[in-house]
Amino acid sequence: MPLVKNGKPVADPFVAVADDAPLPDAPALVSADRLLKEGAALFAHAYPVGVIWPNSKDVLQLEPFLARLAVVALVFPKFRDGRAYTQARLLRERLRYTGELRATGNVLRDQFLLMVRCGFDALDVAKDADAAAVEKELHTYSVFYQPTGDGRPVPLRARLAARNV
Amino acid sequence: MTSPLQQKLKITGPTVITANRLTDGVVVWLKADGGWSAGLADAAVVNTSDDALKLLGVANADENRAVGAYPARVEIAADGTPRPVNLRERIRVGGPTIALPGAA
Amino acid sequence: MYVYDEFDRTFLQERVDEFRDQVRRRLSGELNEEEFKPLRLMNGVYLQLHAYMLRIAIPYGTLSSDQLRALAHVARRYDRGYGHFTTRQNIQFNWIKLEELPDAMADLARAGMHGLQTSGNCIRNTTTDQWAAATPEEIEDPRLYAEIIRQWSTLHPEFTYLPRKFKIAITAAKHDRAAIRVHDIGLRLHRRDGETGFEVIVGGGLGRTPFIGKTIREFLPRHDLLSYLEAVLRTYNANGRRDNIYKARIKIQVHEIGTEEFTRRVEEEWAQIKDGALALDDAAIDAIRAHFKEPDFATLVDDPPELEAAKADPAFARWHANAVAPHRKPGHAIVTLSLKPVGGPPGDATAEQMDAVADLADQYAYGEIRVAHEQNLTLPHVAQKDLPALWRALDVQGLATPNIGLISDIIACPGLDYCSLANARSIPLAQDLTKRFADNDRIADIGRVHLNISGCINACGHHHVGHIGILGVEKQDQEFYQITLGGKANHKARLGELLGPAVPESDVVDVVERILDAYVELRTDPKETFIAAVQRLGIEPFKERAYAAR
Ligand code: HEM
Ligand code: SF4
Repeated sequence: MPLVKNGKPVADPFVAVADDAPLPDAPALVSADRLLKEGAALFAHAYPVGVIWPNSKDVLQLEPFLARLAVVALVFPKFRDGRAYTQARLLRERLRYTGELRATGNVLRDQFLLMVRCGFDALDVAKDADAAAVEKELHTYSVFYQPTGDGRPVPLRARLAARNV
Repeated sequence: MTSPLQQKLKITGPTVITANRLTDGVVVWLKADGGWSAGLADAAVVNTSDDALKLLGVANADENRAVGAYPARVEIAADGTPRPVNLRERIRVGGPTIALPGAA
Repeated sequence: MYVYDEFDRTFLQERVDEFRDQVRRRLSGELNEEEFKPLRLMNGVYLQLHAYMLRIAIPYGTLSSDQLRALAHVARRYDRGYGHFTTRQNIQFNWIKLEELPDAMADLARAGMHGLQTSGNCIRNTTTDQWAAATPEEIEDPRLYAEIIRQWSTLHPEFTYLPRKFKIAITAAKHDRAAIRVHDIGLRLHRRDGETGFEVIVGGGLGRTPFIGKTIREFLPRHDLLSYLEAVLRTYNANGRRDNIYKARIKIQVHEIGTEEFTRRVEEEWAQIKDGALALDDAAIDAIRAHFKEPDFATLVDDPPELEAAKADPAFARWHANAVAPHRKPGHAIVTLSLKPVGGPPGDATAEQMDAVADLADQYAYGEIRVAHEQNLTLPHVAQKDLPALWRALDVQGLATPNIGLISDIIACPGLDYCSLANARSIPLAQDLTKRFADNDRIADIGRVHLNISGCINACGHHHVGHIGILGVEKQDQEFYQITLGGKANHKARLGELLGPAVPESDVVDVVERILDAYVELRTDPKETFIAAVQRLGIEPFKERAYAAR
């Protein structure tokens, strides 16, 4: 599936690794269980390590690892299951995670902008045609009503205050 | 989603496949040639669960023309044409049972 | 009235463009139905029995006369010349074509209207008191806060794919006309030590598992409104059930983990975000207030001679006593327009009626119209001296039936005539009931009774909280109806009690009549309302009479 990062298609250097397989000589994505079990030992690996974190697990558990994780991949089993939006905001806004935050699973173009607004910077896009539309989708709206951690220029308060002038 | 072809389907009498046309929502019935008609009289009528499943498979594969397909029981009138048997399907054939406002 | 600015207009235009592209992709097959459905729902588009249905948001039930004309235009141009006002202060059109929807949306957007958040698993259109800013009872205009919530919740990126839909209602009056205790979140504006804030009620709802909401905070300072709502929504989005659609509403989460634990989680989350970007201040609230243009009220006195003279006509006097309520400004009144004519579908209005009401609003009511959750319209600001002329004009349009709050002022969902989820029809039953109770003297004597009809357990017709509730069920392809008594939607909200076995369609009107006859006999005096009598006596005496003839 095509990976789009910061609005541009990129090659994905990460390989997902089964729980019982040794880490490959490449950047690796491990499961949440493996991360919690093997912990800091994983980061002795010569290549960057990321985690695939299911939407049913509390992201606050990731806190001790965030400084060393290269990727946190959050999962949309169905695009209608929106738990990962909350997880993404908590990672960015509460835990101040600054590494790659990747949306995986049923990642479709009509949700791209919502994902980006919640802090995702990498989209593991489900359909090839959708990957080509990323640029367009991210510009669907030029104005936003509510503040999130994405730093967009029209948070609610500023807008409300601006109306006073 | 389980493929409709794998779903269990028990039918107890003459049955048609009905849906709504994608473009405007109009009620349609599946014809024997795989096309859709806005008239129940044109509908393909099947009598066994296997045939109904097959027909439903045809309908579900065609959701760019009609959506929400499902099997509906019918009865066969003396002239050989299918008629709806329950109130819901009668309303789908004949429209609301009330005078529409503004229609005067 | 809240006046849209450049920001809102830009947003709406972008929304129309987005939806146009989504419809194009669906028609071309790029999007399949499963992918498209949530997208169309997010714009208020359902597929019903005979056609697509478009639900248009009327934020907090307030319309300008131009907006009402835009609705009349949509009714004529894209539908069959009428629309249906709903219990959530929205309007629905029943005969829309998917192909034409983008154009209909574009026409609506020009009047500042849309179908956003009228459907789908997002935060829905916030509802409030249809008498807001007109009734003398209220603390502050609740629409200020409804508007703040509208802005915060519109296309909220975190809360667009919630476990299930999410409805918020606000009231600022003691007499709750917004049914806040049967919403996912109910907010009651009140004052404590000179400060304005909200009682926050969570987890109410009707449907197949009705619950009365629980108070999780007695007093939330108004500046904390949005951060607190965000904390509630986040607690729900992260942990609300997604395994079973019937258990996915927040009421089930609150019920399963308990009010105390739910409250604890919300408060814990709130502590983290309370002073963040969502904190409001007086300047922010005042800026919203500045967008609600207060009508330029004339200086008038109560009970002007024109009004007193007109009361000599008993028909006017009857209507005045029934449909007119006190206003906070001297010499003004709140007028309710009945969309419940004898034999008509409750809540329906034709394009001609909409245009006429828009003109009357311009002439007599500062161009403002409200939609009431009882599926009537309201002119919130009318000069008392104009009431006789207004009444004559309304009567011509069939909008002056003096039955507000009475037995024939029925709330009914669309039922099986339109709705693909229905078990039974609602509208014909409502029509038969209004015909049986067509005598104005008789219904005035029976007094205030709220009769609510839903065509299935989804309860769009609020049957659980009707003084008399009627629920359509199906038995072997036949329409049957369950009857409940004693429900209330107000600040003392209660769910109705089931009277007994469901009755066939042909018997319902008779059963209702026997119940009301029993009430008239059993009441202590005509001042004891039906609901008071049911509360005093319980359902037994009514049950006996209801089933007596069978
Ligand atoms: C015109 C004279 C009216 C009178 C005298 C009146 C009186 C009352 C009273 C006393 C209650 C409280 C009942 C209780 O606590 O048991 C009530 C409840 C209520 N009223 Fe009214 N009302 C009037 C008009 C209206 C109108 C015009 C509306 C809406 C358009 C309305 C909507 C409601 C609602 C939603 C409730 C709460 C639900 C309920 O108790 O069933 N009322 N009314
Ligand atoms: S209550 Fe049932 S029948 Fe009535 S509109 Fe809602 S879903 Fe349809």
